[in-house]
Amino acid sequence: MQTNLADFIKDTPEGREADAILRTCVHCGFCTATCPTYQLLGNELDGPRGRIYLIKQVLEGQPVTQKTQMHLDRCLSCRSCETTCPSGVKYHRLLDIGRAVVEQRVGRSVLEKATRFLLCEALPRPWVFKPAVKIGHLMRPLLPSILADKVPMPSENAPKPWPQPRTHKRRMIALPGCVQPTLTPNTNAATARVLDKLGIELFEPAGTGCCGALRYHLNAHDQALEDMRRVIDAWWPHIENGSVEAIVMTASGCGAHVKEYGDMFKHDPAYARKALRISELTRDASEIIAAEQSRLVELLRAASAGVGQRVAFHSPCTLQHGQKIRGVVESLLAAAGYELSPVADPHLCCGSAGTYSITQPTLSKQLRDNKLAALGAGSPAVFVTANIGCQTHLQSGSATPVRHWIELIDERLAH
Amino acid sequence: MSIDSNFSDPRFAVDREALIARLRKVLPVQALLIEDEELRPYECDGLTAFREMPLLVALPENEAQAQALVKVCYELKVPIVPRGAATGLSGGAMPHRDGVVVSLAKLKKIIKLDPVARTAVVQPGVRNLSVSEAAAPFNLYYAPDPSSQIACTIGGNVAENSGGVHCLKYGLTVHNVLRVRGITADGEIAEFGNAALDAAGYDLLALMNGSEGLLALITEVTVKLTPKPELAQVVLASFDNVTKAGDAVASIIAAGIIPAGLEMMDKKATHAVEPYVKAGYDMNAEAILLCESDGTPEEVAEEIGRMKAVLEKSGASEIRVSQNEAERLKFWAGRKAAFPAVGRVTPDYLCMDGTIPRKRLAEMLIAIADLSQKYGLRCANVFHAGDGNLHPLIMYDANQPGEVERAADFGADILELSVAFGGTVTGEHGVGVEKINVMAVQFSLSEISAFHRLKAAFDERGLLNPGKGIPTLARCREYTQTRAGAALSAPRF
Repeated sequence: MQTNLADFIKDTPEGREADAILRTCVHCGFCTATCPTYQLLGNELDGPRGRIYLIKQVLEGQPVTQKTQMHLDRCLSCRSCETTCPSGVKYHRLLDIGRAVVEQRVGRSVLEKATRFLLCEALPRPWVFKPAVKIGHLMRPLLPSILADKVPMPSENAPKPWPQPRTHKRRMIALPGCVQPTLTPNTNAATARVLDKLGIELFEPAGTGCCGALRYHLNAHDQALEDMRRVIDAWWPHIENGSVEAIVMTASGCGAHVKEYGDMFKHDPAYARKALRISELTRDASEIIAAEQSRLVELLRAASAGVGQRVAFHSPCTLQHGQKIRGVVESLLAAAGYELSPVADPHLCCGSAGTYSITQPTLSKQLRDNKLAALGAGSPAVFVTANIGCQTHLQSGSATPVRHWIELIDERLAH
Repeated sequence: MSIDSNFSDPRFAVDREALIARLRKVLPVQALLIEDEELRPYECDGLTAFREMPLLVALPENEAQAQALVKVCYELKVPIVPRGAATGLSGGAMPHRDGVVVSLAKLKKIIKLDPVARTAVVQPGVRNLSVSEAAAPFNLYYAPDPSSQIACTIGGNVAENSGGVHCLKYGLTVHNVLRVRGITADGEIAEFGNAALDAAGYDLLALMNGSEGLLALITEVTVKLTPKPELAQVVLASFDNVTKAGDAVASIIAAGIIPAGLEMMDKKATHAVEPYVKAGYDMNAEAILLCESDGTPEEVAEEIGRMKAVLEKSGASEIRVSQNEAERLKFWAGRKAAFPAVGRVTPDYLCMDGTIPRKRLAEMLIAIADLSQKYGLRCANVFHAGDGNLHPLIMYDANQPGEVERAADFGADILELSVAFGGTVTGEHGVGVEKINVMAVQFSLSEISAFHRLKAAFDERGLLNPGKGIPTLARCREYTQTRAGAALSAPRF
């Protein structure tokens, strides 16, 4: 596509990257077909091709208003378009660059600023988020339904403990994450138990906090980089001494982001090397377990757990589009004896998308309800997913339990 | 590239504010886009070389809103440019500077699917592929399958009379549509065709197919559904030179075989697509052919045997037959993604759409290679070879001064050569703005005049998609004069 970037950006690293991305787009429009918001709204401006055009005109120096900002805000960053794109357009990078410029140019209303400030400050900090959720539970009957829906219910099953510390030769790092320890503490515990049985010790170095994705996608790039540096600093001693073979991600949203640390710090001399190494070591939990599948199958056979339930799997966008991991969790669940219920339009986002459910409640709810209908079509007993955001978002609209797939594997092994 | 003449038509002196005020009364607030910022992403379709800012964009949510807006435009003499998914490659949905772009993307319901009658009634914004997806539980599908079928919509398919890799055996859109409902320029609802065979009077249904938005705004289409064949297999044949591959195509047809699809890609095309699709194409081959057979397992086995024999005799250097459905789809996936995948090796391309007699494919490929040298631009070739429908992809960089003009001249040479070879300027992408000049090469002035009279019978004020499809007589004279001598000879068909 023809480009003519304006002076304010054309010679910056962001400008050069944006120009290269724009020039790979041939405007074929295939992306609109799999874009969740274009499917709902039918407006070119609410699909990837239109958003690319909106960003292009901003970067070319055309006037920009809240209209452009609204259409960019509506993007879920689900990256379904990247899976569909035959030309290899790195849409999410262009979007990050475009959103940051628009944020500077257009600004936000007081209410939007306050919401974004709260999200930026509360969610990434477990010591703020945890008491807030507790208060939310107490207040729930008094809250209006739009807010009450957002307060996750306390988990009915108390988390089972981590395995007794054992010294395995193979060691891996886990990220507790920001909201996961409060909302679904069993996820990392279950991962640790499964890995323990596979002869791998999982541990959580202290002082990490949020991986940075949350603030990054709220256009608070500087604060996000602080989060990322803190994570890198907490992990680096364990990586430098060569004692860990991988970093395991149990939330695919964090995984997709940490896998890009290398890219995001490539112009930072102090962190470039460390960030790249961390990205190289980062794996989704499904990649780790799949690599041990033969051992897992032996263990499952020994556990003789019989036939599992019928389950419907929702593959998070950060897993299937962001990390391009497809069919792996499904095959692990099948190997563990679960029957997979078919799900229509599996490429579509559930509407969770980080803080999207709070910033874009109407679209988010439509997408959630569509996804729940697709998941429920085959009457499964459980919905399973691979990311904390999707898990709590889907649960907010359904009586069917929504769980992390690793918990199901863990339960089969516990028989 | 700028568009001249037709687009500064003094007939359309529109009072924009008055138009907005009138349209606000018939459309919901979110259905009318008026700011430059919102309009610019609508300035082109899949053909980015031709762009024009629209006066306004309207996104009606149902037929009643669409009809009301057409009536306002008729009264105020405002041009209308219909738009579907805007995946078109001839600029058919390029805006008019004095006109309203009417996007039908929100009309996306499948109204009725009748597995017994094997028909579906759909709104124009329904995606081609989603018709087949909806019909799949009944073992049926919608046969025309343009490469953009994941995104392109039925309204646009009818407007362009779209084809696809399977149209060799199953026909173009015109052969798979039973009824079209639309709004004429004066805002009346009109229906063409019927749920049953409809032979009385002129075949206006056929006329609607390929009418490029010049005759009516399509609001509903009844399509035929085809039973899925029991089995389909595809032969993937490699050739060490393009002439052999071109001749193999002619030999297959001459042997009395009608493949379900017969496609050709040259080395530049396979090299662009393979890294993305990993279809398993032979990277050493100068050209590959994809030749499909479908039917009962016995029919397929017999036909594949005959296809292989012809391909071997034609000098194929390697022949592979898809062993299962996954492999068949993989072989096709590369072909389907070929156009945009060329975006990986070039910032921009023009996709040509000439059609020639099959026996002259090899000759055309050599001529294109010569033209590629002459213009200093690369060209990848992706052909619906079985139909003799060429899709040369001329690669250029719009950021380099003069390249787009050179690419356009290169394209015009290919189209003129197509006519000289006894073919046509378009097989399935439509004329749009892209091929409007070369229409003068294929048609005489009296034929063009007849087209104008036909248009006037539907749309006397010339409000529907003006400047597309049929050139003005003045433009024809101008073009034939400027190209005369310099250009290739252009005999009558």
